Amino acid sequence: MSDLLDDFMIRAILAAVGTALACGALGCFVVWRRMAYFGDATAHAAILGVALALLFSVSIPLGVLIVALAMGLLVGALSGGTTTPDSLLGVLSHGALAIGLVAVSLMPKARVDLEAYLFGDILVVSRMDLLVIWGGAAVVCGVLAWRWQALLAEILSNDLAYASGLNPRRDRMLLTLLIAAVVAVSIKVVGALLITAMLIIPAAAARLIARGPEGMAVWATIIGVVAAVGGLYGAREFGTPAGPSIICFATAIFCVASAFGQLRRA
Amino acid sequence: MPLIDAQDIEIRHGATRAVFGVSLSIEAGEIVTIVGPNGSGKSTLLRALIGAIPTSSGTIKRAPNLRVGYVPQKLHVDPALPMTVRRFLNLPRRVGAKAVRAALTRTGVQELEKKQISSLSGGQLQRVLLARAILNDPQLLVLDEATQGLDQPGSADFYRLIEALRDEIGCAVLMVSHELHVVMSATDRVICLNGHICCEGTPAVVTATEAYRELFGSGTGGALALYRHDHDHEHSDGQACTHDHDHHHEHEAAK
Repeated sequence: MSDLLDDFMIRAILAAVGTALACGALGCFVVWRRMAYFGDATAHAAILGVALALLFSVSIPLGVLIVALAMGLLVGALSGGTTTPDSLLGVLSHGALAIGLVAVSLMPKARVDLEAYLFGDILVVSRMDLLVIWGGAAVVCGVLAWRWQALLAEILSNDLAYASGLNPRRDRMLLTLLIAAVVAVSIKVVGALLITAMLIIPAAAARLIARGPEGMAVWATIIGVVAAVGGLYGAREFGTPAGPSIICFATAIFCVASAFGQLRRA
Repeated sequence: MPLIDAQDIEIRHGATRAVFGVSLSIEAGEIVTIVGPNGSGKSTLLRALIGAIPTSSGTIKRAPNLRVGYVPQKLHVDPALPMTVRRFLNLPRRVGAKAVRAALTRTGVQELEKKQISSLSGGQLQRVLLARAILNDPQLLVLDEATQGLDQPGSADFYRLIEALRDEIGCAVLMVSHELHVVMSATDRVICLNGHICCEGTPAVVTATEAYRELFGSGTGGALALYRHDHDHEHSDGQACTHDHDHHHEHEAAK
């Protein structure tokens, strides 16, 4: 029982749960709007954000937020040309990751623990990190709740949304901003390489259970929280890295939900 | 004051002019049909009129607080999004169960209320989209080839429903269609579009013009013949049709 009260562990759990809350409902939009690759590109840009934050001595979440947002805007600005969205995202996503890795390698070795930013380093979260994570989660969920009806209408049809007097272009920007925010708050917990997984896997699992969009968002959040707590205990038990363990747990939930769905249909 | 008044608008897709020099206005209560060959800018014009795409020049004035009900050509609902018909009709404004049921009943699909949108057939979905369009008691109903994928009796039924709704709600209707013969009997004004407006007027006037024949003359001879035939019966002799024709069952069904 003393494990439970372990200060490190409590902070880690709070960080992981906060991340899961930020990712749950937003992850549903990533699934609905098929933005998985977009999420990857934004998350991969985060490594460059870490390097630039260290270079200019600003806080790392802020650096990540700015670079991730810039990446989101760049994707928006470049799409619609002759390069298909698929290859455009491929170029930007891997390009950003490579540039970030090169930039980090140019830093003095002692200053950057690259692995921590690629895979997360949840066991060293500070009180400040917790504040950033929970603050970010509150902002993301608050904005989604505020624009919920409009965002749903816009997924179905931009033209229908325009005819109802909505502004899909502005709301798409809002989603880009929220994804950048989630990348900034999640990088400490799951790392740049697995942030998209934290967005998509709980939402995909929730889709197998839910019959409405609100239900899917609630289930995605619940599944994310369960995976966060379960993954952390698994990591502690088996001495595995925390971020990947959380994603493994979420994937296991997806498999169970999927098998359950198959059985119900059979 | 017209509901929508467009003056000399031009819409570009990149370097190409999709629509140019178009002026048109929609008055309350009238049914206006835009016809034109593929790629003539019909849908583009419609989407500009509802504000979904910008014009590169010209002005579009909408009546203040204009309520538009829009029925798109098709609606692709990603299976990743779980959404019942009832939830769909509550977007983007929540209208409540009673209003939803009334609208669905009006378009004849009340039994679909709890079905998933992604499981509907083409015809069912169009009626659900129409139900959604009439929810806010629109002043203008805009339909973009709303009967694509329906068979002929299906689309004839659909247009009869539109006409009945117009009479009931008193809204104007602006639609794009390629099914001239089905649509025209229910149209006050036809606008023949091919980038610019080739001709416009009552169905009888438009079909008699040279420009119209150049656009549709050879390809749609059958449809035209059928249309003129309908038209003769409705307006020339003013009497009920007594002999057997293609459209005869439509008269029956309307009773």
